[in-house]
Amino acid sequence: MALDTEKREFKIIGTRPLRPDGIDKVTGRALYGADMVAPGMLEGKILRSPHAHARIVSIDASAALALQGVKAVVTASDFSEAKGELMQNILENCMAQDKALYHGHAVAAVAATSETIAKQALKLIKVDYEVLPHVTEIEDAVKPDAPVLRPDRRAKGAPEGTPANITNLSNFGHGDLEAGFAKADLIIERSFRTESTHQGYIEPHACLASMGPDGKADLWCCTQGHYAVRDMCASFLGMSLSQLRVTASEIGGGFGGKTVVFIEPVALALSRKAGKPVKMAMTREEVFKASGPTPSSLADIKIGMTKGGKITAAHAKLRFQGGAFPSGTIDLGAMCAFAAYDLEAVRAEGFNVMTNRPREAAYRAPGAPIGVYPVEALIDELCIELGLDPLDVRLLNAADKGTKSSYGPTFEAIGLKATLEAAKAHRHYNTPLGPNQGRGVSCGFWFNFGGSTSVSMSVNDDGTVAVTEGNPDIGGSRASVGMMAAEELGIPYENIRTIVADTNSIGFNDPTHGSRVTFSVGLATIEAARDAIKKMCTRVAKIWDIDPDAVMWEDGHARPAGENAGNYEPMSLAEIAAIASKTGGPIAGHYEVNADSAGVSFGVHLADIEVDPETGFSTVLRYTVFQDAGKAIHPAYVEGQMQGGAAQGIGWAMNEEYIYGKDGLLQNAGFLDYRIPVASDLPPIEAVILEIPNPGHPYGVRGVGETAIVPPLAAVSNAVSRAIGKRMRALPMSPPKILKVIKG
Amino acid sequence: MQYAAPKSVQDAVELLAGEAGVAHVLAGGTDVLVQMKMGMVEPDLLVDIKHITRLKDITAEAGGFRIGAAVSGAELGEHAGVGTLWPGVVEAVELIGSTQVQGRATMAGNLCNASPAGDSVPAMAAAGAVARIAGPDGTRDCLVADIPTAPGRTSLGNGEFITSIFLPARPENASDAYLRFIPRTEMDIAVASAAVSLEFDTEGKCSAATVILGAVGPTILNVNADCLLGTTLDDAALEALAAACSATAIPIDDKRGTAEFRKDVVGVLAKRAAKIAQTRAGVTS
Ligand SMILES: Cc1cc2nc3c(=O)[nH]c(=O)nc-3n(C[C@H](O)[C@H](O)[C@H](O)COP(=O)(O)OP(=O)(O)OC[C@H]3O[C@@H](n4cnc5c(N)ncnc54)[C@H](O)[C@@H]3O)c2cc1C
Repeated sequence: MALDTEKREFKIIGTRPLRPDGIDKVTGRALYGADMVAPGMLEGKILRSPHAHARIVSIDASAALALQGVKAVVTASDFSEAKGELMQNILENCMAQDKALYHGHAVAAVAATSETIAKQALKLIKVDYEVLPHVTEIEDAVKPDAPVLRPDRRAKGAPEGTPANITNLSNFGHGDLEAGFAKADLIIERSFRTESTHQGYIEPHACLASMGPDGKADLWCCTQGHYAVRDMCASFLGMSLSQLRVTASEIGGGFGGKTVVFIEPVALALSRKAGKPVKMAMTREEVFKASGPTPSSLADIKIGMTKGGKITAAHAKLRFQGGAFPSGTIDLGAMCAFAAYDLEAVRAEGFNVMTNRPREAAYRAPGAPIGVYPVEALIDELCIELGLDPLDVRLLNAADKGTKSSYGPTFEAIGLKATLEAAKAHRHYNTPLGPNQGRGVSCGFWFNFGGSTSVSMSVNDDGTVAVTEGNPDIGGSRASVGMMAAEELGIPYENIRTIVADTNSIGFNDPTHGSRVTFSVGLATIEAARDAIKKMCTRVAKIWDIDPDAVMWEDGHARPAGENAGNYEPMSLAEIAAIASKTGGPIAGHYEVNADSAGVSFGVHLADIEVDPETGFSTVLRYTVFQDAGKAIHPAYVEGQMQGGAAQGIGWAMNEEYIYGKDGLLQNAGFLDYRIPVASDLPPIEAVILEIPNPGHPYGVRGVGETAIVPPLAAVSNAVSRAIGKRMRALPMSPPKILKVIKG
Repeated sequence: MQYAAPKSVQDAVELLAGEAGVAHVLAGGTDVLVQMKMGMVEPDLLVDIKHITRLKDITAEAGGFRIGAAVSGAELGEHAGVGTLWPGVVEAVELIGSTQVQGRATMAGNLCNASPAGDSVPAMAAAGAVARIAGPDGTRDCLVADIPTAPGRTSLGNGEFITSIFLPARPENASDAYLRFIPRTEMDIAVASAAVSLEFDTEGKCSAATVILGAVGPTILNVNADCLLGTTLDDAALEALAAACSATAIPIDDKRGTAEFRKDVVGVLAKRAAKIAQTRAGVTS
């Protein structure tokens, strides 16, 4: 699926038509997770651990079951044994087994005829806990006397003496560090810290599960990937995949946090036991306590630089805590840390440690923001020390086509240099700053993903086309997919309706994650359209009685080509469709692929921030995102991704954090004290799209959804540090922390 | 749980006094309904006071204004007279919540919720506001400053509720201002706050000063602001005020801010509020 070699003029790609789901979403007609209802439906509620760490000695649900209206109670014993460590971890996160591993860990669930009764029933479930010592911070979890969460989850093959809570080890890099540092004129080594953040999607997890007495089940839920939900739930309930059909609702944000299951298997287990449909919806408090967050991190970074700004060697030691289970996100953090640079000697190593916190879930470029932040912050410090321009230094060291990346592979065509140059030439970078203001620069990188994808499209009798895909539409993908189908088929965008089908309707699809949908589903849509076109050309060849190869497709019409050119009147898609039943039956195209050619994407962000020197309050005055999109299918949605990623990254940098007390309990499980930026906290975010085509997509598309959350942490931190003339090395930079640094 | 919407003050008092379990007044409900949803309060009786005659009125009285207990923030904000007389009180009320919350939230509710961080409370106290209270033993008046006694607690007796809040008249060359610190620009709760009400003589020297702090103690705190008297709010006077505020504050460390930060910032807020009040009073230094 290489880039189309012929340079083509696009008619629809690059325009900004209305999104097909727009009217439904603004009028309330769109159905989200909690909007699903079924006759006889019960309400499900979860009992959650009040302790950070406790052995579950016994659970007595008899009083709850005796309450009028209670139809079922489930605990860990109602689930099948999951296969493989990853699945076991996900299941145990959905329902505690012998131990409650964090404050808010599910220990039992009830289904009742009303939410009020379900809540009353929760109070009647008696859980006998033996409270255990807990640990929530990285520094404490690696101590020799730290409470151990799961002795069997220690990293396999870890060297002797590795603390028992360490679950994953990472190590990437190449070259001779010692020789590299020896060449440096200045070496700086610093430590950094970040806190856990939540994806902060506005829609809480919600689902409706219905299982019949024959064991066939339907599940409607808000998710980024209903095939993944099906696979996990079927495993946890001991079902075959064909017996469980999952339909994804509209989704009010996910950002990675809805790629895994929480309440869905519980609702199915309750439905199985009660013999009735069961609806469940998390409260916001439950969302914070039991879903989401990112790892928190500690980092020691060491970089050597010449007087001219060339990086001679770079080393990172990263430590992530990913909650109560193993987490491979440390790998992604370590791989991304130095990915923007062409380095002779580089190494990023790290580990993940278990703590009594909720299981870490993916969040937009998982691991990359906290892997890249300390590196970009230290580079800024080096630039100041050496009196160098931060964009010049990045340009001097930027990775390019042919660079052996810090994590191994050699880059194909990439857009980092062009992106840096665009930032340097932009008026933002050349606008003077006022007092107490600082300008921060940061690069960011994300791999992007392709993955398993299926698309089918049927050509309707009236010349319109139904596109069927299997990826929940989070950022306007039905519009982008419809545009690509229309472009390829040569028909108006309005003639296409794209739907997201359930797990039984088309082949498997990886979730809407890894910035993969516009790339992979787009690629499959283009190929499915080509498949349909081929079939249409064959039908027309039959009518004209010429060789199928002698029919070409152009502007939505089959035309005679070669020596037949001009001999027959071209037939439009609508004309071909109208007589399809007479030429061989319905016409449809489809395509299935495991796309492995997602192009990596780089971004550069500029942030101007003013700090009130008496209070530490900071205001983001101006913010510009430069990012390589490969090819922007629907530029408004590309800009939306770039702005959204920046907004979330700004929140991460400024105020967002999970706060645990000494008692191991989460103190801010709500939007009041978990502070995401509100609209008035943000300036207009300008998005500058660059288009350096991805050689692995017919139109050159690269994923754009994730890269934009990577640079803001350091861009904001560098801006604040320059504004106050002192270095901030911990996130979030809430006003008390900034004021403390100002006051020295 | 019972919900009642009495039409008279007398009926409301009887309902409140007659409830053996937990009774709550429901004004805007922007605190109490949220608390019920979160399971923090489980009332047996809710007495909605929005249907009581005259409780939604703002009336001129003795050079000041009497504001009914059911008047929402938005209604108060649109009243030209109150905003001219006590701009600091009105700006404090208008800081509460969002547009939606403003359509419901009341000053009396903010006061009786008794959060140390309630925005309108320091401003009302600095203005010398007086609450009119109805109860089983009749009507009484009480300084707003004396209503909150501890976080979540008030001096109101069983069956008592506030029917109106009176903002008194004020002399010439006087004004007030309120500032709070929040980590964001909107939708947040004060980490520290300061209300300042000042009077000036004909020469522009400060002749009376009331400074009340919020969110830096279990209740609002009254600061001795004598350092401002006789001054034109020069830098030294303002620094002395900031120091007095920091010394008076007895904040705690919590998820919203450190004690050290709150002590610092509350002084900064008081300084800045004093300058705003001075400008509003038409006095230039
Ligand atoms: C999204 C949101 C944002 C908010 N932001 C802020 C903010 O920025 N600043 C701030 O200070 N607050 C804020 N609040 C809290 C709340 O809006 C205010 O405290 C508001 O003033 C409460 O008024 P109310 O009329 O809604 O009170 P209610 O909820 O009706 O009542 C609050 C309490 O006072 C009692 N009560 C009410 N009226 C009387 C009366 N007349 N006599 C006796 N007792 C009475 C009630 O029984 C209850 O216990 C916010 C709330 C929300 C939901």
